[in-house]
This record gives sequence, C-alpha cells and structure tokens, in this order.
Amino acid sequence: MTSAAGTVEAPPTSAWRRLLMRSEALRGYLLLSPTLLVMLGIMVIPMIGMLVLSFWTQLAGTTFDSTFTLKNYADAFTREMYRILFVRSLGISLVTTLATVLLAYPMAYFVAFHVKRHKMMWIILMTLPFWTSYLLRVFAWKIILGYNGAVNSGLMSLGVIAEPLNFLLYNPTAVVITLTHAWAAFAILPIYVSLEKIDRSLVEAATDLGDGPVMRFIRVVLPLSMPGVIAATVLIFIPTVGDYVTPSLVGGTDGYMISNAIQFQFARGNNWPLGAALALSSMVIVTAIVVVYVLLVRRLTARIG
Amino acid sequence: MAERTVRTGNRPLALYAALYLGFLYVPVLFLPLFSFNDSIYISFPLKGFTLEWYRSMAGNEPLLRALMNSIKVALATATISTVLGIFAARAVTRYRMPGSRPLVAAIMLPLVVPEIILGTALLIVIMQAGGTLSLLTVTLGHVLLCVPFSMAVLMSRFEGFDRSMEEASADLGENAWWTFWRVTLPMAMPGIVASFLLCFTISFDEFIMAFFLGSTDPTLPVFMWNQLRFPQRLPGVLALGSCILVVSFFVIALAEWLRRGSSSSTSGAQ
Repeated sequence: MTSAAGTVEAPPTSAWRRLLMRSEALRGYLLLSPTLLVMLGIMVIPMIGMLVLSFWTQLAGTTFDSTFTLKNYADAFTREMYRILFVRSLGISLVTTLATVLLAYPMAYFVAFHVKRHKMMWIILMTLPFWTSYLLRVFAWKIILGYNGAVNSGLMSLGVIAEPLNFLLYNPTAVVITLTHAWAAFAILPIYVSLEKIDRSLVEAATDLGDGPVMRFIRVVLPLSMPGVIAATVLIFIPTVGDYVTPSLVGGTDGYMISNAIQFQFARGNNWPLGAALALSSMVIVTAIVVVYVLLVRRLTARIG
Repeated sequence: MAERTVRTGNRPLALYAALYLGFLYVPVLFLPLFSFNDSIYISFPLKGFTLEWYRSMAGNEPLLRALMNSIKVALATATISTVLGIFAARAVTRYRMPGSRPLVAAIMLPLVVPEIILGTALLIVIMQAGGTLSLLTVTLGHVLLCVPFSMAVLMSRFEGFDRSMEEASADLGENAWWTFWRVTLPMAMPGIVASFLLCFTISFDEFIMAFFLGSTDPTLPVFMWNQLRFPQRLPGVLALGSCILVVSFFVIALAEWLRRGSSSSTSGAQ
C-alpha cells in the first residue's frame, strides 16, 4: 500500500519523479512538524528540564541552587523509605500485571474464537468502562471495600459477619484489586487483537494432526498470541508503577507507592529536585525491567516456535 | 470436526466472560446505586429512594464553576489534539518518509509514561519559565495525553482510504487544498468526530494533570477529589459522579461506534 503512494500521479520522466519523491518526504515532514513541535515543547523539553532539575538543590521557597550534585539520586537510592516504596510499587505493579493479563486472556479468547455475531458490541462493551473517569472507578472500590462500605455493610446486614472486616481497604491487596479492575482494557484489547490475527487453519491443522484442545492451545494459540500478551504486560506494568490515585484512595499507609513520595516532594515536602530524581529513577528502573523482560520473552518464544 | 472441537470449551468460557463483564461493570454501578440512597452514609442496607443529592447539585456554585472549567478545558483540548492528530496522521499515512516510525513512536510515548512524571516535568518547566498555573496549563497537559489517542484513531481512518477518490478530484481540476476540503476531510469525518469525542472525554475525566498543573480554580475531577475529604459530602460526589459516568458512557459509545463502525466499512476498499 505504501509503495503506491506517489507513483500514480508521477509523470513519466524519472528526474521529475525523483524530485517528487524527495519533495514527498519533505511535504510529509512539513505536515508532521506542527505536532512534533508541540510534543517537543510539552514533552521532550519538560523531560530535559526534569533531568536538569534533578541535579540541583532546592533552596528556600521556589529557588534552586544550580550547582551540579548527585545528592538527590543518592537519597533516592539509599534512603530506606524510598527503597521500600520502590520495591512495593514494583511488586504491586507486577502482581497487578499478572492478575490483569491472566483474568483478561480467557475473556479475549472467548470473544476472538467463540463470539460469532455482534463482535463489535462485545469489544465496545469490554472497553467502555476504561474510557470513563479513572478517579470514579477507583473511588468505587473505596466505597465497596471501605470499613462501612458495600461489602462490610452488606455482609453485616445479611448476618454473615458481626464486625466489619478491616483487612479489605488500605493495604496493597486493595491496590492490586483496584488496579486490576482499572487497567483491564489494556490487557483485553492487545490480547484480543493478536488472537484475532491467528490463522484459523493453523488451529484446525493442529486438531487434524491429533492435538487435543489443551495441546492445541499450548502449542499453537498461546505462542501466536504472545505479542499481545507482551504488549499488555508492558502497557499495564509501566503506568501502574507510577499510579497516584489508587494508592492514595485505597492504599492507606501500607499501600503507599513511589508516586505518593514524588507528589509529596512537589507539594508539602517542597523538594522538587528530589521529586524529579525519584520520578526519573522510577522511570529508568521500570524501563530497564521492561527491556529485559521483552528480550527474555522474545528469546523464549523464538525457541518454542 | 475442527469446528466442533473448537466449540467444546464454549459454555464455561461464556460463563467466565459473563462473570468478567460483571467484574468490569458492577463496581462502577455502586456509585449510582448509593447516589439515590436517602442517607449520608454509604452503606447497606439502603434507606430509601431520594433525588436530594441530585437536586443539591443545581445550586452548588463551586461545582457549576468547576463543571464550566472542565468543559472549557475539554473543548480546547479536543480541538487542539484533533487538529494536531489530523496533521500527524495525514503526514505518516499519505507520504513516504524515511524515519517516520521513530517519530510516530515518540508521539505515542505519553501512552506508556506514568502521568505523574509527565505532569511534574511539565510543572517544572512552566514554573522555571515563570508561568502561572491556570486552565491553560491544564490544557497543555491534556493535549500531551490526547494527541497519541487522536493520532491512533485518525491513522486507522486514513489508512483505509480509497486514494482514487482524491485522484479523481485532482483529475477533475481541483487543487490540493480544495481536494482536501471537499474530498479528504468528508471521508475522514467519522474519524475526526470520534477523535474529538475521545479527547473531550479523556480531558473531562482527567485528574493527575489537572491536579498538578491546575490553579486553585479546579476542574471537575479535582473538585471531586477535594470533596472526598468531607464524608458528609460523599453522597453529593456520588450523584455528580453518576452524572459524569452516564454522559461519558454515551459519548464514548458514540465515538467507538463511529470509529469502529466506519473503519470496518472502509476496510473492504483496501
């Protein structure tokens, strides 16, 4: 399709065609430039600004000492509080990612292989909640899991329990449950897309060659759907490590994550350089983990295939 | 034979699918459920039906102000993001450009960077540049989040294009500008409307950027966040939240229908 881009309207002479080809790329860049410039201004420059600030020191108020220092990074990596928060954030995200992918896979599989009619309706139905307010979806879990919340008051009025269960809210488990719910669409969609792409004749071939449903799934469907699984894990793992709303609303002090520490430094803590160092450190750690993970999975699936 | 064996897992899977959809939807339904409950406590058993929490919203000045703020920001965000999305999506689908893939990846980057990092980075630069926080700075943050979505929606729309329509227009003597206005734009319209609606909803519901980049004059999600500290105001928040959910649902369903319905109708032309 791309090769057809300029050929139809090109006049016969090849010099003219070359010029048009060259100007075609040029016209493309020109058309792309407003978007690129805006993204440069509101993403790239701010990230550079954050990097620079992370080597500075906060003075009183909103002024900074711009002599280069690594102290913020030293703090970020040596203070026990931050180490706990880093490890906890990564742990919560890891469990969330696993849970979300495992729960979403059968759902995506069902829609890809068993739903014959109204597929579009199913896809919209699965992704609709994702587009609604994140804040409200997280808040819903606070209502459900709270001390006087839906689960506790419901079970009490049914006579199942006499006292409210206080282990439901304000802990890492509550954060994991809420995140698993909030990020579901990010797992369902990529997995569904890769399942949908699988050539059905391959599945039939496996059946004809004597594979049962389980072997057929393990040897054909699962490896071929791995790109979707990888995309889902990356799309969920990275943002959830830095999630702020969920730990703030349902995490309690035991469920606080690194983003709470970052926010604190930009607000009451008033140590922006440390906040910047914490933010960038978490991003670097997460990126490193994701790169290693993607390389490992690629190698693994290549061997199976 | 093959068809039958593929279908054997059908029933347990269907049951699972139903349960999973329940998991997706039921938690959210607690918001409207308790918003009609005649009690300031959010707990069972339900006391009785009331519209009091909805009625009290009408005269709530700060709420209405926050609502207006959110609408302004969302309109600006949706317009800017969609225009930028049209430019970018058109460029990469229409022209062959060496090195466009990493550029597209860069534009898509905000999808995979935690919002708190994008927000605080923007905050740093705005403050260092001597700017003040306002609805404008919130809009900047929202544009950053929305451009990737807009571009993704529009790219799939532009990719399904039947190029012969534009060529016919050119052959009939229209210049590039008029061809764009009279042929390209109308064909892309469902995608453009879908992008606008998606960006509007994302911006309208967005909290983190508005929280970091907003002034004391909040958008609706930040207003709600501030209300959460006061337990007696929770029913009001639930009523407000239910209204937002219902509106978001309809807007997004419309956007999805436009986007997916239209892209499947053009895929036959590819």
